[in-house]
Amino acid sequence: MSAQAHSPAADASPRRYPPVAELAVASLALVIIGGIFMASYFPRRPPLGLPIALLGGSVILVAANTVILTRLREFAWDKFFLVGRWALAAYVIQAGMIEYAFVHNHASGGPLVLLTLMLVMFALNVPLIISFTVARYQTD
Amino acid sequence: MSTVSHRGINAGDAVTDQAHVMPAMGTGLGADAAPRPAIQIVPVKGLPIVAVVVIFLVVSIAADWGWGLDFSHVAGGGLWTGIDLFVGLVIGPILGRLSIPARAEFSARFMPKMVLIMPTVVLMTLASGLQLALRDHNLDPSNPNHAWLIASFVVVGIMAVIALGILEPANIAVLFEMKKPQPDGEIIAKLMRRFIYTAGITGLMQIATLIIMTRVTTQ
Repeated sequence: MSAQAHSPAADASPRRYPPVAELAVASLALVIIGGIFMASYFPRRPPLGLPIALLGGSVILVAANTVILTRLREFAWDKFFLVGRWALAAYVIQAGMIEYAFVHNHASGGPLVLLTLMLVMFALNVPLIISFTVARYQTD
Repeated sequence: MSTVSHRGINAGDAVTDQAHVMPAMGTGLGADAAPRPAIQIVPVKGLPIVAVVVIFLVVSIAADWGWGLDFSHVAGGGLWTGIDLFVGLVIGPILGRLSIPARAEFSARFMPKMVLIMPTVVLMTLASGLQLALRDHNLDPSNPNHAWLIASFVVVGIMAVIALGILEPANIAVLFEMKKPQPDGEIIAKLMRRFIYTAGITGLMQIATLIIMTRVTTQ
């Protein structure tokens, strides 16, 4: 180990965090691409292969983020959950409105299930990005 | 340094708290500086207006009400595009040249309003837009507007990732930083820079939206 690692300057350097926000943005991007693909076919039935693959990728990233978060120590969890629950409430309403617009226009079956799961990913990822970004600066 | 907190309407939830903060920020806001305005992350007085907008939108979609849908889409889209362009290309560069205390004071008044306004106008625009597209058969593959609408979905999708993934978290993190007893000027500057750059990018992308939407209405 180098001497620099023990220097006061090294100790004062900002703490590095795992890429939770980056993974959540990637997960969000996947479901947005999937949503655009499906919406571009609406009201016709879209091919489901690509949206399922994109949703699967998004779920994997959220799962990875969950594992990373459970391993985080010394984190402003109070701020994380405070911001998270407000943001979750806001984005559940947003996702609900989008779902309502599709249901009102007779979306049904597999496409509706897929769209609903994508909206769940959307409503989870945005609050996660916001609350993690806030909490990481509250911890430093 | 003085910090006085006032409870918002949701007791126990600090997101709605107001805090008058006069910090000794290392970057220049000294003890002689005037107190900064109250920082309220979610301006609760605006929530009833948001509720009215959402109810109006739901009624317009449920009834397939042409005027209501047009109003929501034109008013919401006009505000969204106008605000993005103005913030990204006018306010952003000005803000970038201000001192950090001046930015902090501006942000304390400006950012909470953006927390409510932007999601509301985006929701108005997108929900009514989808309904209008279906109502007017613009999404039919044979419709000349089909390709333009897909292009608009792509533009909106990119803007959504930037706004939701970078811009809005930076906006809220700045407000939390400013509520600290001793806000870190460097963190505020870093997050504000992120806000300004991303607002500039979404502002430029709104030009594409203007081109697409004016094409759609004149085909």
